[in-house]
Amino acid sequence: MPIAMPNLIPVMPELVMTGVAIILLMAELVIKRKETLGFLSLISVGLISYLLLGSAGTTFGGMFVSDGYSTFFKLIFMANLVLTVLISPKYLQTMRINFGEYYALTLFATLGMMLMASAADIIVLYLGLELMALSTYVLAGFIRYDMKSNEAAIKYLLLGAFASAILLYGTSLIYGLTGTTNLRDIAVYITHNGLAKNPLLMVSMIFFAVAFSFKIAAVPFHMWAPDAYEGAPTPITAFMSVGPKAAGFAVLGRVFLVAFGSVKTDWSVILIPIAVLTMAIGNILALSQTNIKRMLAYSSIAHAGYMLLGIIAGTPAGISSVLNYMFIYAFMNIGAFAIVIMLRTEGFAGEDISDYEGLGKTHPTAAALMLVFMFSLTGIPPMAGFMGKFYLFMSAINAGYTWIVIVAVLFSAISAYFYLRIVMLMYMKEPKEVIQLNTSPGIGLALAVTVSAVILIGILPAKVLALAQQAVTSF
Amino acid sequence: MPSEYLGVLIFLMVATAFSIGALVLGEFFRLRRPYAEKLMPYESGNIPVGEPHMRFSVKFYIIAMLFVVFDVEAVFLYPWAVVFDKIGLYAFVEMVIFIVILFVGYIYAWRKEAFVWD
Amino acid sequence: MLQQLFFGYYAFMIIILSLLVVTRGNPVHSVMWMLLLFFHIAGLYLFLNAEFIAAIQVIVYAGAILVLFLFVVLLLNLREELSLRQIAGSWPAAFFIVAALFITVTAALGAYVQGPVGSYSIEAIRSETHTKALGRLLYTEYLFPFEIASLILLVAVVGAVVLAKRKLRS
Repeated sequence: MPIAMPNLIPVMPELVMTGVAIILLMAELVIKRKETLGFLSLISVGLISYLLLGSAGTTFGGMFVSDGYSTFFKLIFMANLVLTVLISPKYLQTMRINFGEYYALTLFATLGMMLMASAADIIVLYLGLELMALSTYVLAGFIRYDMKSNEAAIKYLLLGAFASAILLYGTSLIYGLTGTTNLRDIAVYITHNGLAKNPLLMVSMIFFAVAFSFKIAAVPFHMWAPDAYEGAPTPITAFMSVGPKAAGFAVLGRVFLVAFGSVKTDWSVILIPIAVLTMAIGNILALSQTNIKRMLAYSSIAHAGYMLLGIIAGTPAGISSVLNYMFIYAFMNIGAFAIVIMLRTEGFAGEDISDYEGLGKTHPTAAALMLVFMFSLTGIPPMAGFMGKFYLFMSAINAGYTWIVIVAVLFSAISAYFYLRIVMLMYMKEPKEVIQLNTSPGIGLALAVTVSAVILIGILPAKVLALAQQAVTSF
Repeated sequence: MPSEYLGVLIFLMVATAFSIGALVLGEFFRLRRPYAEKLMPYESGNIPVGEPHMRFSVKFYIIAMLFVVFDVEAVFLYPWAVVFDKIGLYAFVEMVIFIVILFVGYIYAWRKEAFVWD
Repeated sequence: MLQQLFFGYYAFMIIILSLLVVTRGNPVHSVMWMLLLFFHIAGLYLFLNAEFIAAIQVIVYAGAILVLFLFVVLLLNLREELSLRQIAGSWPAAFFIVAALFITVTAALGAYVQGPVGSYSIEAIRSETHTKALGRLLYTEYLFPFEIASLILLVAVVGAVVLAKRKLRS
């Protein structure tokens, strides 16, 4: 039986990623200075990003597709990886968990995300999701001597396994109905065989929505997020709050708009309450948090709610604004976490919101950077967060969902309270004690990149948006 | 339903009936004259010490986990071996990739002394 | 008729055994019920002409994974564990959600329409044997997922070593 060699050009970035991850794992055994591994992964990201740009195509019998949509998401994953690796080494030393597996596992998790973004078949999607999730569970429990880190890992694992089971249930239903797991074939079968009004299709879509909601931490499937974010090592919290969420949105978009594109009115009924609840619960519960990591966890839940609006709109403008927002969100969120990491020194957690009192007097630069990120997360012009939200809300209004946008703006206004409270504490309060900042060149570079991205995209938003719009044309 | 497994089914039913039957019958016919020493759990004739609920070392877990992973690897070899003559070199290459990736895991575990019991 | 009887038996036993697994107070008992559960699932696979999967179910699940579960159970402090009445709180809420899910799925199942029949009919599988059919698909069409599976297994090895073997602090 002669078999044609599969076209490997579309998967080249993934292959290089696999190779680099394996090399890092082996290098860990011999290299004593673990920062070298971080440096190696930074170089590889450069190579992979270069390969990404020339990787368009479909391969492995239509199971894997590399198009503008997947490439845009993969660039977000690359940014996420680079920023995470930059902010990690100092933290790992401070926490005395400086092990080389850390870098290999972040690479494996990113590889899983890349597979998810490119999956055109539910089987590849599921395996990519498991690869990402498994690596992230281990990373969340990386501080083995810390009870909270263990708790984070176990909660994330249990609820993640639950989400996987639900995803498989949904897959089995859709396979039973259509006899295929390929997303395009599912779409064709649904339209040609009049399955559109089938209740079982609806149940299957509910299962998919639930499983992906777990991954993007949307209410009511968000319970794991605050505990997992609080307990995980802070750079991993930053990594988790962007990477798996972006990957979740990538598959959510592809499954719902490609496979279930013809029954959009049906699934928007499922997603609208999820989006509204997510914005409401995320923002309201963030108000009462005293731990900054938990507050940012609830804030990341709320941001998932905003981004769901773009998916619900379902138009090219909606999808591109989700891509655009995810890109901006990656920078502003990791930037905020970088500040949180700087406050952590040996023997001082620096995770209490009250620790930020008077930071404007003791460390004006750090406070100013935090101010930029908080403004951006709130959505105050001229920061990038404002433009992101603006395009999202505009696309939803143009798609006819004005009332949801009104709700979103309302909750967005509520969110100003807890973001700006930190700014208020930094500038209007007297410092309780002198806090030492735990800086490093890596964190400095990450902060420089994130802050310039947040401000530049805020002032000149057209460039990224144009890229995002171009990305969804081939979708 | 593959009917060729009917024999297996009958065998299973007979085996289950026999083992349960032996226990139930034994309950009726055996003598029961208990006294304190006889009711003690048997530990090679010694007086039992400590709790039966003993916590195992976490080392067992890692051995079991590695066993599962390499067990699953072996599982993939069965269908591969069966179709190897039909697919040929192509199948060989993909299995080599698969095994090399897992071999990396093996080297890693070995160098991290996961197989050392101390 | 015989077929329905077989399927009914397996399906019923799987549900009952799963309930026993999750309701036992003693985790060791749960694991033992799970062993029986795995054998019944294997029986169901056999009934579906998936002989290879049935064998794997017994070898990997009943053999390897159950041993792993048992080790994990023995890692726990069983005496403390046994004194707990229940681990998860508020079972009425859980019951309500599960009941709602059950009703929704059952109601929707009535609308099931048979999907297209593929080339791997029962007759085709019987003439080729299940293992061969599976092997041919797995190593040609599904080669990409197969290779991803090896990465997942690799991460499992790394994860196990990182979480259980590594020093606590560097």
